[in-house]
Amino acid sequence: MATTLATAADSAVQAATSAARIEHVTKSFATPAGSQIVLDDISLDVAPGEFVTLLGASGCGKSTLLNLVAGLDHPTSGSIATDGRPALMFQEHALFPWLTAGKNIELALKLRGVPRRDRRERAEELLELVRLRGAYGKRVHELSGGMRQRVAMARALAQDARLLLMDEPFAALDAITRDVLHGELTRIWRETNLSVLFVTHNVREAVRLAERVVLLSSRPGRVAREWRVGIPQPRRIEDADVAELSLEITDQLRGEIRRHGKD
Amino acid sequence: MARTEPTAAAAPEPAAKDDLEDLEAGLDALDTVPTGGGTPWHRTLVQKVLPPLAAVVVVVLGWQALITFGVVDDPAKLPSPSDVWDQVRTAWLQGTLFGYIWTSLSRGLLGFLLALAIGTPLGLLVARVKFVRAAIGPVLSGLQSLPSVAWVPPAVLWLGLDNSMMYAVILLGAVPSVANGLVSGVDQVPPLFLRAGRTLGATGLRGLRHVVLPAALPGYLAGLKQGWAFSWRSLMAAEIIASSPDLGVGLGQLLENGRNASSMPMVFLAILLILIVGIVIDLLIFSPLERRVLRGRGLIARS
Repeated sequence: MATTLATAADSAVQAATSAARIEHVTKSFATPAGSQIVLDDISLDVAPGEFVTLLGASGCGKSTLLNLVAGLDHPTSGSIATDGRPALMFQEHALFPWLTAGKNIELALKLRGVPRRDRRERAEELLELVRLRGAYGKRVHELSGGMRQRVAMARALAQDARLLLMDEPFAALDAITRDVLHGELTRIWRETNLSVLFVTHNVREAVRLAERVVLLSSRPGRVAREWRVGIPQPRRIEDADVAELSLEITDQLRGEIRRHGKD
Repeated sequence: MARTEPTAAAAPEPAAKDDLEDLEAGLDALDTVPTGGGTPWHRTLVQKVLPPLAAVVVVVLGWQALITFGVVDDPAKLPSPSDVWDQVRTAWLQGTLFGYIWTSLSRGLLGFLLALAIGTPLGLLVARVKFVRAAIGPVLSGLQSLPSVAWVPPAVLWLGLDNSMMYAVILLGAVPSVANGLVSGVDQVPPLFLRAGRTLGATGLRGLRHVVLPAALPGYLAGLKQGWAFSWRSLMAAEIIASSPDLGVGLGQLLENGRNASSMPMVFLAILLILIVGIVIDLLIFSPLERRVLRGRGLIARS
């Protein structure tokens, strides 16, 4: 793919061992004040089937990194190799309002080359997977926020990608709905053997979901620290283990933020 | 339904899962706003049909009052409603009423369809090709403010007094509206849709067909609506100014004939018909189309 600076043969070899391999990626943007480095020498590996959350305060470039992995933008230097084209979910559902929920999913199937006769059935299966059996003919505006994000998840899954990128997908939802969708995402992740790279600024959410939490520092974004989360799934966001680790990570995150006040 | 679960923490899993499913069903039920059925016909009558009818009645009564109370006492300046009605009846009995309307309406609609066929690809080109936009974009929006009546003299000189000159004036009036509508529709497509489309693999022509064009439809329809209004106006200007026996009598010609004959009822008849045709076409074609599209996307409430 276009973002790969490594040769095709290299990425084929890497594909077997990781869903995404980010190597020494630097990204800078031109600003009136000169070039600003957003991401500085980031290296990160997502193993097949692994759930990784990227955590950081504003300005850590986590969304930029996700765009790079998604192939929507190119790194200034370094290389990114992914196992096929990844699927991407946004904070906004980004469903097309001129299509029904079912047809949104079918469009993803169509663009992937699934033959017409199979699309309807596959779309129904995916809606079933996100527990929205009756929503096939519903227009996007007829669905609640949580239901929209689930349709968006079904549409992302329709791409049959091996890597799912999620850019704060639950940030705009109310706490109860978000909690339920955490459970859904965990269930679907375990049922589908998907790799997930999930960006958030919510520490509890990161710990609740991930096998590995990667903390990015801000301006420029660097990998500050990583934690393996050994707490068995299904977890709840209220679990004492989750709270304990969250506290530790929050302290470190606050430390990262404080550094900027001293500059 | 039975699913094979990964081994970790098998014991609490089934309970937690069912719990989640129920919780989710409850949330969905709470979050879903029940959408009512259609509006009953009598409410449509009271809310949609009655107000414009009342307005028409008030205007006609006011008009009659001006004459009854002698505010305007000169029938050559202001004919009474019944004089105009007699004019309608005469034209109807002579069988010429629909002839006037059809002469203009067929020209207007055909001209509009031509404007559609030219304005749509032109708009697409301006919206998507930077060079074309820089070259003719400003001219195209500027043309919208040029009164199309200005095109009548050159069109007559170029093409002579025939139908092709009418169509030329319609096109010069309506093509910019159609093209600009599409351009602003494309410009207003939320960038999020474009990103979502790209991650789904809709790039290039597929992106245009599956994302850009459907997303631009509301703006395009607004352009069409305005394009029709401009077509109709341009045609009337052309018909009033350019008259020839070969062209037949359309509504603009009828208006001009009324002026030449100093027949105020005929002038009023022509103006009323021009107004009514314009409104009816909008009500029958463009407004329902626009409402349907906007309602389907939840951009206006169901009414």
